[in-house]
Amino acid sequence: MTAPGTLEVRGLAFAYPDGRQALFGVDLTVAAGERVAILGPNGAGKTTFVLHLNGTLGGGAGRVTVDGLTVGKPTLKEVRRRVCIVFQDPDDQLFMPTVRDDVAFGPVNLGLRGAELDDRVNRALALTGMSGAADRAPHHLSFGQRRRVAASTVLSMDPTILVLDEPSSNLDPVARREFADIVRSLGLTTLIVTHDLLYALQLCPRSVIMNAGRIVADGPTAEILRDADLLAANRLELPFGFVMPQVG
Amino acid sequence: MGGGHGHSHVLFVHVNSGVHRLAPECKVVATVLFVLAVVATPRAAFWAFGLDAAALIAVALVARVPLLGWGRRCLIEVPFLMFAVFLPFLGTAPTIEVGPLTLSEPGLWGAWNIAVKGTLGVAASALLTATTTVPDLLRALERLRVPRPLVAIATFMIRYGEVLSADLARMRIARISRGDDPRWIWQVRALARTAGALFVRAYERGERVYVAMLARGYGFGSDVPVLERAPGRSWATALTLPVAAGLVCAAAVVVAA
Repeated sequence: MTAPGTLEVRGLAFAYPDGRQALFGVDLTVAAGERVAILGPNGAGKTTFVLHLNGTLGGGAGRVTVDGLTVGKPTLKEVRRRVCIVFQDPDDQLFMPTVRDDVAFGPVNLGLRGAELDDRVNRALALTGMSGAADRAPHHLSFGQRRRVAASTVLSMDPTILVLDEPSSNLDPVARREFADIVRSLGLTTLIVTHDLLYALQLCPRSVIMNAGRIVADGPTAEILRDADLLAANRLELPFGFVMPQVG
Repeated sequence: MGGGHGHSHVLFVHVNSGVHRLAPECKVVATVLFVLAVVATPRAAFWAFGLDAAALIAVALVARVPLLGWGRRCLIEVPFLMFAVFLPFLGTAPTIEVGPLTLSEPGLWGAWNIAVKGTLGVAASALLTATTTVPDLLRALERLRVPRPLVAIATFMIRYGEVLSADLARMRIARISRGDDPRWIWQVRALARTAGALFVRAYERGERVYVAMLARGYGFGSDVPVLERAPGRSWATALTLPVAAGLVCAAAVVVAA
C-alpha cells in the first residue's frame, strides 16, 4: 500500500487530435507530502501534462499512477477525488451562484449529502480563510479571494494531491504571499505549474523543468535557478535585478 | 484587476418579511398559478382585475417591497405594450368615435385584455424577484423537478453573463483606445468582429469550465438532487394569492354567464 499523495508518471506521451504532439515520454515520481514546481515556457506542455494526472486527457502512451491506482476508466472517479486541480482562471472554476454551492459541487458529485456535506464545505472554506464569503456570489469577490475559493472548491473533495496551475498569476504581492502560506499550511503533495521562478523558490524545495513535452531537468529549486545556462536554454529567466545567493 | 463588490442580488429587496421567508418553490408555483388565474378571467370583468391588483398590492405591503420601486420595475413591459397600442387602429368593425379618432371596438377590447393581464403578470413576477434571491429561484426550479440541464443552463447564464459583459467592456475599451469610434452604421464592422471574438471566447470558456467540472467529479454524481420538502404552512400561505385570484376568476365567469 502506497502512502497517500504519491504520484508516478512513466513514459507519458500524448498528441492532440489535430496531430500536434504535446508530450514525448514524461517520467516523474513525486513522494507523499512533496511540493514540486513544474517550470517551463509557454507551450511546453505543462497544462497538457497536468490534465493527464486526473484523467481529463489520456489515450496516449505511458502510465500515470496515483496512490498506487493506475489512472484509467475504472479508477477515474477515485482519481479525480484524489488529484485536484486549481485552474489558472478562477472564473473557469467558479460557476455556481454562491461560494457555498460551488465548494459543495465536488463533494455532491462524490455522493455526500446533509450534515457531512456541510461539514466538508465549512472545513474547506476555513482552510483558505474564506468562511465569511460562503453566501456571496463568486463574481463579487476580488481576484485573490476568488483564487482562494477556487482552492476551497477542490479541498472540499479531500484530495491527496493538489495541482495548482499558475497560482501566482494576477495576484498582488500580499495575495501571493497569503496564498503561498495557505498552500504550505495544507501539507499536501503539491504540484505547482508556473513560470514564476521566485514563487517556485518560495514554495517548492524541488523543481522540474519541462520543455517541448519532455522533462529536461529535475533537482532542488535553488540549484536549478542558479544554473543560468539551463534557464536560458529553456526560455526561463529570473526577474530583472534578482541574483540567486551563491552557496558559501 | 479589482474585484467588483457590487450588490449581490440586483432585484432582491433586502427585507426580512414573511413573504421573503416562504420556501422559494412555493412562491414560484403561486406566481405561475396567479398568472394563469388572471389570464383565465373574462376581460369584461373590470372589477375582477381590480381585486387581483388589490391582492398583489396587499402581498407587496406585507413583503415591505417599496411600491414605487416595484412600479418602476414593471416598466419593462412597456415595449411589449406598444403592440397593444396599435390594435384599436388596426382592428375590425364595429368602430366607435373617440374625438377625432375612429377606433375598432374589438381592437380596444384586445388592447385592454393584453394590457391588464400583461401588467398583472409582470407585477407578480417583479414581486417574486423582489422577495426571492436568484440562487433561491434556481434551487426552487430544481426542487420543482424542472429538468436539470435547463436549470444548469439558467445557472450558467446568470453566472457568466457578468463575466461576458466584463469581457465585452474590456474589448470595447481596447477598441476605442486604438481610435475606433463606432458612431455610424458603416463603422459597425469592428463591432461585428468584437461580437465574433466574444462568441469564440465564450465557447472556449465553456470548454474550460467543462474541464474544471470534470476535474471535480462531474458526471459521476448520482443525479438525484437534494430534495428538501417545503413545510406545508409555506405552501398554504403562498397559495392564498392564487386561490384568491382563482375565486375572483370563477366569480367573474359566473357573472358573465
